[in-house]
Amino acid sequence: MKLGRVIGRCVSTRKVDSIKSYKILILQPIDDDGKPEGDPILALDTVRAGPKSTVIWVSGREASLPLDDPFAPVDSAIVGIVDNLEVRYNE
Amino acid sequence: MKLMRVIGSVVSTVKDEKMGGMKLLIVAPCDLYGNPIDVDYKRNVLVAVDAVGAGEGEVVMTASGSSARQTALTKDRPVDTVIMGIVDSLEVGGKFTYLKEGLEITKPKTVMKAEGDVKRKVVKKGGGKRR
Repeated sequence: MKLGRVIGRCVSTRKVDSIKSYKILILQPIDDDGKPEGDPILALDTVRAGPKSTVIWVSGREASLPLDDPFAPVDSAIVGIVDNLEVRYNE
Repeated sequence: MKLMRVIGSVVSTVKDEKMGGMKLLIVAPCDLYGNPIDVDYKRNVLVAVDAVGAGEGEVVMTASGSSARQTALTKDRPVDTVIMGIVDSLEVGGKFTYLKEGLEITKPKTVMKAEGDVKRKVVKKGGGKRR
């Protein structure tokens, strides 16, 4: 599971039937400082995340498991909203 | 999932038995504006199976890895990239960065707020079939 920030939305009317009822968001993966890391991706929203919120997302085959119909071609899904983040480094 | 633009198609006659009956398209990764990304003047193109009926020039979403086998079309087939949706519009920070050709926004207001969702409609020009 990784950290990311929701930066936008993607609208699609023609898509595979098994994900018809889900929102698709544009997600920017971030590092522990909140800085962008890599290119933005698309992720299915299973927790009703809002714009600009920091989220936890999963990638790979497991991403379709939170859906009502787990037989769906989804390889990245938002599975949690981050309330706060505390990182301690060895000093 | 990744944003891709369809830039061509593939025809293959000699292939595995399980690969039959699938439309193969060439896709290139693209940015949030729908423009293909060139890395050192090269496009890292992929061959993807089309599960939704995409056409050339359209911006699509692709799923890769073992997730690609999870459609009715690609079940138990040797496939690792599938097109699972056609993108109508992309929106970053309340502004549309990409809008599919032939679409227009009925309410051109700010569409993204910090809290809650704002509903909007996207209709097709020329009385096309609405979904």
